[in-house]
Amino acid sequence: MIGIVGYGAYIPKYRITVEEIAKTWRKDAEGISSSLNVKEKAVAGFDEDSCTIAVEAARKAVKMAGIDAQKIGAVYVGSESHPYAVKPTASVVADAINAGPELTAADLEFACKAGTAGIQMCMGLVASSMPDWIDYGLAIGSDTAQGRPGDALEYTAASGGAAFIIGKNEKELIASIDQTFSYTTDTPDFWRRQHAEFPRHAGRFTGEPAYFRHVVSAAEGLMAKAKMKPVDFDFAVFHQPNGKFPLRVSKMLGIDPKRAKQGLLTPEIGNTYSGATMIGLASVLDAAKPGQKILAVSYGSGAGSDAFALTVKKGIEKKRPCKKVLEMVKEKEYISYAEYAKFRRKLKTL
Amino acid sequence: MTNGNLPLIWRKFPERYLLQGNRCETCGTCFFPARQVCPNCRRKGKLVQMEMPRQGKIITFTEVFTGPYGFEFETPYFIAIIELSNKARLLSQVVDSPREKIKIGAKVEKVFRKISDIDPEGPIAYGYKFKVVG
Ligand SMILES: [Zn+2]
Repeated sequence: MIGIVGYGAYIPKYRITVEEIAKTWRKDAEGISSSLNVKEKAVAGFDEDSCTIAVEAARKAVKMAGIDAQKIGAVYVGSESHPYAVKPTASVVADAINAGPELTAADLEFACKAGTAGIQMCMGLVASSMPDWIDYGLAIGSDTAQGRPGDALEYTAASGGAAFIIGKNEKELIASIDQTFSYTTDTPDFWRRQHAEFPRHAGRFTGEPAYFRHVVSAAEGLMAKAKMKPVDFDFAVFHQPNGKFPLRVSKMLGIDPKRAKQGLLTPEIGNTYSGATMIGLASVLDAAKPGQKILAVSYGSGAGSDAFALTVKKGIEKKRPCKKVLEMVKEKEYISYAEYAKFRRKLKTL
Repeated sequence: MTNGNLPLIWRKFPERYLLQGNRCETCGTCFFPARQVCPNCRRKGKLVQMEMPRQGKIITFTEVFTGPYGFEFETPYFIAIIELSNKARLLSQVVDSPREKIKIGAKVEKVFRKISDIDPEGPIAYGYKFKVVG
């Protein structure tokens, strides 16, 4: 049996409200906020990037798992804001949690779903029939998402991340991963070219043919493969580019949107891109009880979805994290647009 | 950080990433950064490598208004002498902490941050900073 041995989430403490961003561009704050169902977003500090976020999340995951970091055999970091174009984030993370040097590591990119692709890779490695390959794999989704100043994405592009340690020792699991299913097509809804500072997107095209088609197809494919029905799931977590899509996709799948609430953080912290589905799953695990079933579906532009069916295990009772995701959401300090522009180095001289 | 002193900085990664120092098994004193010789025991000392604890308290602090090269955009910021729970002391930036909570005796915890990122085409230096907890 394979599954999650520990997890950790990290949300930077700074927040900027949709109102503050809208004020800068003289737009209708209330209209934007309600159409997106987003109030504010988390912003990484001046000295934070997707690597420091990944390290903080990974450290918490190792602590919760209660394992020796030296036993981690693989580190994958998914992000679309890796600090370097060439030079892995994963090697910094491995050394910063003292997991190295005897491990494999790589950076992944698939817009907002590279972290869940990392989970699947770790599942494959720990379950491999090759003897004594790895005991534990660490998969991280972390981003300091960039929104072009004045663009619609600026209201939601946020910073945050989460880390999951995947293992195979049934006694150590806090949740088993019972089935996974992915759905991938070439759909150009959002991209950032090499050397371009900000991503571009195809506006409304990011909805139906992109997010909804992939999330629904992956979820339905998963349920068919696992022989499960929508009503079987106590919680559902979806990628959350805004506060509305996850609730709508939940309804489309025949899952009561109330079950998607615990894992929906975007209204309070924005879209943390590679972190989004994973922080949502961490929040669900914070609240879940043994025996409960979880559906988690990521989405990455370009485009693809990874769907997972999980069952919460007894091990979770002894391993609760010292701070829940919803508590981290509340620890915040508001910043102005000018401070935001400085922190995220949108000023040309920084 | 310039490319010229990269090997020197690279050797300090365990110190910067993990607070790796050492401890004298003869007298029990912990050192950060690591020492070559225990000043208490001299030749009788036996030094072993160890990671320092993540927790400590502020012994004294100051607010920097005019930062050195590479830190000028971070001002004003706090630096503090921190005593770790094993009595080892170090100097560190204190970040993410409300001004009113930064005081002598305040409990702090290590965080992983960018220390310097001044050259857009150069390497990024990562390491420890501290934040006030509770
Ligand atoms: Zn000694």
